[in-house]
Amino acid sequence: MNAPLPRWVDLALMPLINVAVAFLISGLVVLVVGGNPLDAAVLLVKGAFGSGYNLGFTLFYATTFIFTGLAVAVAFHAGLFNIGGEGQAYVGGLGVGLVALSLDAYLPWFLTFPLAIIGAALFGAAWAFIPAILQAKRGSHIVITTIMFNFIASALMVYLLTGMLQKSANLGPRSRDFAEGAVLPKLGWLFEPLGLAMGSSPLNITFLLALVVAALVWVLIWRTRLGYEMRTLGISPKAANYAGMGEVRIIVIAMMISGGLAGMMALNPVMGDQARLQLEFTEGAGFVGIAVALMGRSHPAGIVPAAILFGALYQGGAELAFEMPNITREMVVLIQGLVILFAGAMEYMFRPALSRIFARRPATGTHAVPEAEGS
Amino acid sequence: MDTIVQLLDLTVRSAVPLLLACLAGLYSERSGIVDIGLEGKMLGGAFAAGAIAAMTGNAWLGALAGIVVAVMLSLVHGFASITNRGNQIVSGVAINFIAAGLAALLGQSFFNMGGRTPQLMPEGRFNPITLPFADAVRDVPVFGPIYAELISGHNLLAYLAFIMVPVTWWVLFRTRFGLRLRAVGENPAAVDTAGISVSWARYRAVIICGVLCGLAGAYLSIGVSAGFVKDMTAGRGFIALAALIFAKWRPVAAMWACLLFGFLGAIEIRYQGVALPLIGVVPVQLMQALPYILTVVLLAGFIGKAIPPKAGGIPYVKER
Repeated sequence: MNAPLPRWVDLALMPLINVAVAFLISGLVVLVVGGNPLDAAVLLVKGAFGSGYNLGFTLFYATTFIFTGLAVAVAFHAGLFNIGGEGQAYVGGLGVGLVALSLDAYLPWFLTFPLAIIGAALFGAAWAFIPAILQAKRGSHIVITTIMFNFIASALMVYLLTGMLQKSANLGPRSRDFAEGAVLPKLGWLFEPLGLAMGSSPLNITFLLALVVAALVWVLIWRTRLGYEMRTLGISPKAANYAGMGEVRIIVIAMMISGGLAGMMALNPVMGDQARLQLEFTEGAGFVGIAVALMGRSHPAGIVPAAILFGALYQGGAELAFEMPNITREMVVLIQGLVILFAGAMEYMFRPALSRIFARRPATGTHAVPEAEGS
Repeated sequence: MDTIVQLLDLTVRSAVPLLLACLAGLYSERSGIVDIGLEGKMLGGAFAAGAIAAMTGNAWLGALAGIVVAVMLSLVHGFASITNRGNQIVSGVAINFIAAGLAALLGQSFFNMGGRTPQLMPEGRFNPITLPFADAVRDVPVFGPIYAELISGHNLLAYLAFIMVPVTWWVLFRTRFGLRLRAVGENPAAVDTAGISVSWARYRAVIICGVLCGLAGAYLSIGVSAGFVKDMTAGRGFIALAALIFAKWRPVAAMWACLLFGFLGAIEIRYQGVALPLIGVVPVQLMQALPYILTVVLLAGFIGKAIPPKAGGIPYVKER
């Protein structure tokens, strides 16, 4: 290990440098396709935050990414790489859809909502259960099994949405529209006192749920016995074993919490925006969660801003693609990949240089630098 | 007879890109570098091949461009996971996104066709090769159709993919290079002690992986199709990964696994919505999910045990 760095360098400066490099390279690509990176950046920021309406979209996307980011982070803490957030969110949507479709005519939204939360979390958790138990009991690599489960989830949802859940073949693969009892209220009123008119933007009450859940995840990881056990297992399986913590139990519970969080993401698009179950509503959010968790260093206080940044990229990127014909929405996919590369796989690339600048002698009271999570 | 031959012919066509990508993953993973970026490298290769073949009208330059781009993506993966000792899974995920983003972005900027590359003329493609006497023996019962339809009439890359199977076996199990490659995947410290560079062995494996991924991509965009379309690989990189595990990281078994998954793909295309005797109509989605379900069942240890290379996924740190 290199000489220990001051805590702020390790937790704040290094991630910032890594993300800055990712954005610089994206800027170069903009230059290559014949755009001005500065103009692009201005358009992107305007598109994401320029008006209440745009901000509403940014926070709507951010809501989704908070859930999937937390999902990846919880698994990271237990030393597991849950790459299956996409599939768990997709199946979580099935839980949401079933609750909404069966109860929307009878209950008001504030009763449907808690049941839908349970449905989403249960279905998401169930989809994570099989990979978890296979990892814990039979040693099947969780990365591979969760990838496989993403594809199985996608096939399953196509099957259901072109079959028993489909309303009519003319409308394509989607369920019927939900009645009022399963449509979540928008959050425009919350921002109106600030002079921000959100208009018809899809930001809804799920955003508040996401913030509450982020706080709960913090409590879970750093203030409960289970969280302690998960972190112990993540940092040193041997120590966890020696301390008598049941590895199988922790892996299964951690993965089910992770899957449940990913599943809850579905509330946002399904009940908050589209008000029906349709194909591909996850739009890759499960994978964005990986970038968000890496950038937020698996801490809720980092994940929420990282999710807002990605929300801004998604919303701003759409506006940017509209304004600059050279640039398509896939620009965001590229940025996402670069963030994952630099904040994740190459996170220590700049470490030697930084430790030359900031290195100090290990004094008493200097904590060991927390290791990077992941398997 | 005709339907069976047609079905098998379709099987081979679906299996070729899987086989090239699967062998690519085999080199990388046998050297201890886990690669879930096969999909991205294939996509990058397919785009580059389609774009350059469209610009130059030359299939060979297209294939070369596919190889170059896939190798560059491979080297990024290598730099992150060998030199920087980063997390190989994370790096693989990153490669997939970078390739998908770049292909769409550059495709739109070069050709302005919504991510497609222009339709290729026959010179820009690898065209079907008719093997000698294919027409002469066509009427011979049993052997005739098999030779003329199934064995003859594929493009160069398809034959190359199947030639690569014994070649890979020979390289891995009969050469010094192969021995070292497998050794760095099982016990890098021992290789290091023998005075052989672990990094260099792994880099070479990763470069070979890139070359084969580039060819797999080229097969898709300038072999069986006349140009690149967005998201052309459609998860084939992950099916190849599944096939690799299914084959327990062995070259000949990899070919059979790819043919099996290719066969499932062929049935999916051929028998969509057709009622089969005894079973009835099999949902297409089940056929699509079957490779993944089979792989999970295998990983669970219910059909033998898939044991990955021992040092796979672990960055090698030289002792100090």
